Amino acid sequence: MNAKGFVHKYGDNVDTDVIIPARYLNIADKKELATHCMEDIDTEFVKVVKGGDVMVGGFNFGCGSSREHAPMVIKESGISCVIAKTFARIFYRNAINIGLAILECPEASEKIEAGDEVAIDFDTGVITNVTKNETYQANPFPEFIKEIIQAGGLMASIKERQGG
Amino acid sequence: MGMTMTQKILAAHAGLPEVKAGQLIRAKLDMVLGNDITSPVAIREFEAQGFTGVFDKSKISMVMDHFTPNKDIKAAEQCLQCRTFAHRFDIDNFYDVGQMGVEHALLPEKGLVCAGECIIGADSHTCTYGALGAFSTGVGSTDMAAGMATGETWFKVPEAIQVKLTGKLQPMVSGKDVILHLIGLIGVDGALYQSLEYTGEGVKSLSMDDRLCIANMSIEAGAKNGIFPVDEITEAYMKGRVDRPWTAYAADPDAEYTRTVEIDLNTVEPTVSFPHLPENAHPISDVGDIAIDQVIIGSCTNGRLEDMAIAAEILKGRKVDPNVRCIVMPATQQIFKDCIEKGYMTTFIDAGCAVSTPTCGPCLGGHMGVMANGEKCVATTNRNFVGRMGGITSEIYLASPAVAAASAIAGKIADPRKL
Repeated sequence: MNAKGFVHKYGDNVDTDVIIPARYLNIADKKELATHCMEDIDTEFVKVVKGGDVMVGGFNFGCGSSREHAPMVIKESGISCVIAKTFARIFYRNAINIGLAILECPEASEKIEAGDEVAIDFDTGVITNVTKNETYQANPFPEFIKEIIQAGGLMASIKERQGG
Repeated sequence: MGMTMTQKILAAHAGLPEVKAGQLIRAKLDMVLGNDITSPVAIREFEAQGFTGVFDKSKISMVMDHFTPNKDIKAAEQCLQCRTFAHRFDIDNFYDVGQMGVEHALLPEKGLVCAGECIIGADSHTCTYGALGAFSTGVGSTDMAAGMATGETWFKVPEAIQVKLTGKLQPMVSGKDVILHLIGLIGVDGALYQSLEYTGEGVKSLSMDDRLCIANMSIEAGAKNGIFPVDEITEAYMKGRVDRPWTAYAADPDAEYTRTVEIDLNTVEPTVSFPHLPENAHPISDVGDIAIDQVIIGSCTNGRLEDMAIAAEILKGRKVDPNVRCIVMPATQQIFKDCIEKGYMTTFIDAGCAVSTPTCGPCLGGHMGVMANGEKCVATTNRNFVGRMGGITSEIYLASPAVAAASAIAGKIADPRKL
């Protein structure tokens, strides 16, 4: 499993209210919701994002509300992976549960700049910065979490377990 | 090595004699909660996977509190979806307009959560029930769906930070000031992935409403949960509300903590958190002149009876500044009724406040107090992120009900001790 794309970079404490403002949480359609992704801190994001692109944040990415709409709209926008120094724990769970790839890597978060092209190998956790010709090593997922992702998310993994 | 309170509860619910920090466990759930924003996503997942039953209809709560009474057609459709699901599976604890309150005030009040239980909720402030000595934590909608289907979830056993409280709060200082002060000390990710375990002789001077407020905002320091020991105050609160056996877990004397933070309650001042993070905490004496446009008194953080009582005490015989809109929202129907019986409602209305049926509305910029760009609000809510309560250049100052009421009168952020 791999990803490759251009980087959209943000700072520390990117909260779920800016990822998807609560005023849109009455919208059920994922595509329509995704048109508001990041709009309170970056009105350009939805105009320029392309499938496969990578989002990079600092500490405590995804803090705040438990709304699953946050990882959902990031995924729906076409982002293939979010890299951050740390993730807020509910966001971390939610991303795994819905199958949005996320990696904790302080070095990558420091060194990657907006617009860089990066390639990610999820099996090894190696992040390659194609633009800068650098590589960074992310913490790989624990085995338990890999199983959820491989099953296609939490619900599918439960179905698999119950069926087995 | 001994276990923390949290670790003991998790071990018991995983059927294990002991657990260690970092261990992945599968735990049985005593309650699974959702609201009108998170439940529809959970229901969609639940139905997409073809589940045909819930694990226990008495252990699921759905509370229609966020965009209710329905703020628009889309919100009404979301509530309808929840209502249909609740009827289909005969969910015991479905709370609709007329019975509902703000979920984290409602569940403890109704005795639906208690000491020793393991609770997940698709709302980040589910950590509130740690005030009763429960393990409770916020999750997303997919976790809620899985919880409703199986009655279980997975956890990584957290490490813990010990918050040692000594002394006693001064007049006009409350649990809200303590938690804002703590978040100011350790930061919005100071307790990331960890438990905050509140201990020390200072705990006994804190009322249940103070503890609920402190546990509620533990998430704003990144914590997985916040938890208090069970004492006479907890038992008195649960008596008459909880009709099933409950268990008080105490941390082992040799329980391991990653750090200890000490707070002398005597020294905590009324505290205000500036935009746009709860960690921007300032003692009121350092605040300076900040004119405001709106005050919100309510929410899962500060919509309880003691919050209403202190606001009424301050507002009695006084008037809200003509340039300020002050909105008071008791968090449950019972609290609303108590406010009427105690005369608080008359006080609020005479002072020029708007009073409202319970709702989360303005806290997350839904309705009932959304702000224009450039406006400033003193709110007893829990988050002051960019755009949280309206326009992206609006500003939220988090504070206690006492500070909020004093500020409503003064037209600027004010010290309730100096009125």
